[in-house]
This record gives sequence, C-alpha cells and structure tokens, in this order.
Amino acid sequence: MILDIIKRNSVFTLSLILTFVVVQLMLFTGILNDYYMSAIVLICINVILGVSLNLVVGFTGQFSLGHAGFMSVGAYVCAIINMQMDSTAGFLLGIFAGAVIAALVGVLIGIPTLRLRGDYLAIATLGTAEIIRILFLNLDITNGAVGLNGIPQYTNWPWLFIFTALTIICIRNFINSSHGRTCISIREDEIAAESMGINTTKYKVMAFAIGAFFAGIAGGLYASYFYFLKPDIFGFMKSIDILVIVVLGGLGSISGSIIAGIFLAIVTTYLQQFAAVRMIIYSLVLIIVMIFRPQGLMGNKEFSMKFFKSFGKKENSWLARKRNAKIKS
Amino acid sequence: MDQLLQQLLNGLSLGSIYALIALGYTMVYGIIKLINFAHGDIYMLGAYIGFAAITFAHLSFIPALLISMAACAVLGMVIEKIAYKPLRHASRIAVLITAIGVSFFLEYTTMFFVGATPRAFPQVLGSQFFNIGNVVISMQQIYIIVVTVILMFMLQFIVHKTKTGKAMRAVSIDQDAAQLMGIKVDSTISFTFAIGSALAGAAGILVGIYYNTINPLMGMTPGIKAFVAAVFGGIGNIPGAMVGGVSIGMIETLVAGYGSSMYKDAVVYLILILVLLIKPSGLLGKNTREKV
Repeated sequence: MILDIIKRNSVFTLSLILTFVVVQLMLFTGILNDYYMSAIVLICINVILGVSLNLVVGFTGQFSLGHAGFMSVGAYVCAIINMQMDSTAGFLLGIFAGAVIAALVGVLIGIPTLRLRGDYLAIATLGTAEIIRILFLNLDITNGAVGLNGIPQYTNWPWLFIFTALTIICIRNFINSSHGRTCISIREDEIAAESMGINTTKYKVMAFAIGAFFAGIAGGLYASYFYFLKPDIFGFMKSIDILVIVVLGGLGSISGSIIAGIFLAIVTTYLQQFAAVRMIIYSLVLIIVMIFRPQGLMGNKEFSMKFFKSFGKKENSWLARKRNAKIKS
Repeated sequence: MDQLLQQLLNGLSLGSIYALIALGYTMVYGIIKLINFAHGDIYMLGAYIGFAAITFAHLSFIPALLISMAACAVLGMVIEKIAYKPLRHASRIAVLITAIGVSFFLEYTTMFFVGATPRAFPQVLGSQFFNIGNVVISMQQIYIIVVTVILMFMLQFIVHKTKTGKAMRAVSIDQDAAQLMGIKVDSTISFTFAIGSALAGAAGILVGIYYNTINPLMGMTPGIKAFVAAVFGGIGNIPGAMVGGVSIGMIETLVAGYGSSMYKDAVVYLILILVLLIKPSGLLGKNTREKV
C-alpha cells in the first residue's frame, strides 16, 4: 500500500528526497556555511508558516492576522521544556507540546472569533495575537520583556526537513480529504455550505486549529535554532510577514506558499547587508506585485506535472488562435 | 474623585487624538471598504511636517497645523492615486497587502531620510498649567481638545451640508448607483482620502506637542488603536469614530492609572473582541441584515 502511495506521488516524493540529499551533501561538503544555514532555517520556517496559514486564509477563506501569536505559543513552550530537558527527546517533546498547546489556544480563540467575517475577523485575530504577546511580556515564566536566553540548539537540517515535509504532506492530504473539500466549500460560499448541512463553525475551527498546530511547530524550530526569544519578535509585523507569504504565493496554492516562502527568505537574507534600504525595497516589491499580479504568483494553481501540461495546452491554443487570426486577415 | 477626574481629562486629550485618526479610517472604510494601514503613517508624516515647519520655518502653531494638514491631504490623494486606484476591483486582501506595503514604505523611507532616533518636538505652546479645583489642565491639552472639537464640527458640516459631502455619503451607500446619478466616484474617493489624511496630519502635530517626541515608527500602535476605536464606535460611522476614539483613550488612561500600564493595550484589544462578539456593528453602528 505504501508503495502504491509513493508511486502515485512519485514526482512529489522524488523531489522531496532530492532536496534533502542535495542540501545534506552541500552542508556536509561545506559549500553551505553558517550564513546559508540560517537562510535555510528561515526558508523552512517560512514554508511551514506560509503553508499552515494558507490552509486558514487561502483554503477556508478565514482572514486571520494572528498567526504569529500561535507561533509564539509554540516557541515559548518548546523553549521552556527544552531548557528543563536538555536532550533531543526534550526538543521533540517541546515541539510536540508547543504545537498541541498552540492548537488548543487556536480552538479557544477560534470558537468565539470565527463567528466574525472578513475584516472583523482579521482585526479580532490581530487583537488576540497582541493579547498573547502582552501576556508573554508580563509573565514570569517567559522572563518578560528580557526574554529567554540560552535555549539549547537542536534544530538542524534533518529535523527542519522532516517537519517541513510533514507539514506540507499533512496539509496537502487534509485539503484533498473530504474535510478539506468542506473547508473549500466554506471559502466559496459560506451560506450555501451551511444550507447543505455543513457545520461551518466546526470546520472553520478545525482548519484554524490545524493551522495553529503547525505554526506552533514553526515556533519551536525557531526557538531551538536562534538561542533566544523575546515577545517583540512575535508582534503584529510577524503576522503580516506570514500573511505576505500566503498572498504573494497565491491564496489557495500550497506550492505558491512554498515558492513565496523561499523567495522571501532569500530576499530577507540577501538584503540584510543593505539594512537601511531593506524595508523600502521589500515594501516596493509588495506594492508592485500586488498592483500587477493581485492574485499572487501562482494564483490558486498548484505546481505539478499537470500544471506544465495545461500550460502547454494554453500555449497551443494561443498559437492556434494567432494562426487563425493570421488566416483571417 | 479628583484623581478620577484628572485621569478622565488625560483620557479625553489622548482620546481626541485617537478620534482624529479614527475618523480617517472610518471614512475610508465607509467608502471603499479598505482598512487603510498606511493611515497611521500619514499621521506620523503629519508630525514630521509640523516639526519641520516649526523648527526650520519658525512658524507658530496654527500655520504649522494648517501646512501639515494640507501636505497630508495631498499625500493621501497621491497614495490613493498610485497604490489603491489600480486595485479598485481586485480582491480585498490584495488591497490590504498593498496598504501594508505603503505603510512600510512610508515608515522606512522616512527613517532613511530623518534617521531612526526620536526627535524632540519644539514647545510652541509654552508649558502653562491651569488649576480647576484640584484638576490640573495644561495648555497643550486645551489646544488638543479645542482643535479636535473645531475639526469635528467642520467635518460634520462638510459631510452633511455640502454637495461633496452628499456625494461621499452616496458613494459609501452604493457606488454603482451613485455613478449612475452622475457623481464622480473617483474624485469623491480622492476627496475622502484628502479629508481623512488632513485629520491624521492634525493628530500628528497634536501628538508631537502632547508627548514632545516623534519618531518614524510612531504611527504603528496608534494606527491600530485608532482602528480599534473606529470598530468600537461602529466602522463607517463618523460620530461612532469620535465616541470610539474618546472611549478608547479614556479606557487606556484609566487602566494605566488604576491597574498596570503594562496591560493597557491588552485591555483595549480585549474590549475590542468583546464588542465585536456582542455587537459586531459597534456602539453606534446600524445592524445590517445579511442578504443571500
């Protein structure tokens, strides 16, 4: 059965294995130094965050501006557990506990706020994320504004790869399941979905909790790589950054989120050396992409073999039309 | 009792500033359903323009206020023309991301030119204090409250008594129908941005005078809080923005005065969420029924 699944997803599986082996080899031979390694960490975290938020915003159509809040829950829980239990088991336990608690917080926030729609939901989720941040700023266990220092570093390429691949596979399969179809129907028309007998609140909260779960994982990986945490990292700006990944890649396109996550991480890392103009360039890219391609880089299409085939077809039909036009004139 | 009155007075001055910013949010939202994230940064630029007018051109308070309002009005129109107009028919999330982009652009371009360090705003109004009973009121607070009240009356006059105001109200109710009645929708939207930005500019210069310090990122938090105020009062509703702004200002000072100033923002957001859950249309907003 497993072989069957692999056979069906052969391109996907192959590209996953290839990515892992190539990066692992490059790290092993030292082509990728620490500077590049931090870019890779950023890429993986961006991809996890982008794909998980895409489930909420792109596939379920619930406009959330509070993803950084869930990320911070995962990060702090993982950091606190890992500082008590300085071992790989502690790291994994921390990530898992962080993700579960983030999902629980997601359910807790989701049940009341997901009754709201559109901009109201956006502003309510923004508010809850800010409340989470202010709580971390005032609690003793998180060491307030000073933050946690000296978190043991267990995040490395194999773990990053496993968690990123896990996120993509889980969310891809969720979307292709009946639950995922339900979420998409809520995005398309909530009232119609409700009249078909779908419990919309249940599915919206489910998508929200799954999104929060993976955001928690991303937070844990972040905490375990960058040694220290403080509440300011997870402010309103971070939520916006994640939303930008999703919108830039295309709402409702997992491959779009992956591409945009990689692209933005590389841009951020590269522009680090031009600190003064970094944010100016970033904002200009944002405005220009949105004006000229408001549906994002990928629209709602997925990057697959089919994509190439349909692209070829479109090309052909375009050529055919051109030929016809020529004949007519 | 005196302490409570004093806190309420401080809250009123802070709330007036929030109300001025919230008006711009609510007007723009009412007319094109856009959360204009760049609005908080126009307020920041208003403060810097006022700073430049007072420091370099040696103007007094009133001319500086007028210059800053005029410059912000022009800026608001330019932003609308360049960034939002091409996206009039795009999805709302795309416009929102553009607004965030514009916001970053304004913040970091300003930071590039003036530097990230905060600047001391010149004391143009002196530092007199008046005692009414045991309540102390400063010259700045009187100016803030008086200027806000005058601007709000002017705004009410423009919206309810002039032809442009009528056009604005018409466009906010139904853009297509308004266009069919011969209203120039584009110039009306442009005018709305101009008025909203002018009010933000005024708020910027008032906050500079009140807190004595300005920096390129000062627009972020008040921007979000003013939006909270607009939602609190009922978004798209002008009196609602005033009520919302003043209430948020007062709640904030009361929490800071009697509770912990660390939690004042959290309380503001908590109230926002409660308002949205209990009465989603805001305090003064009308309930609109959903049509299928």
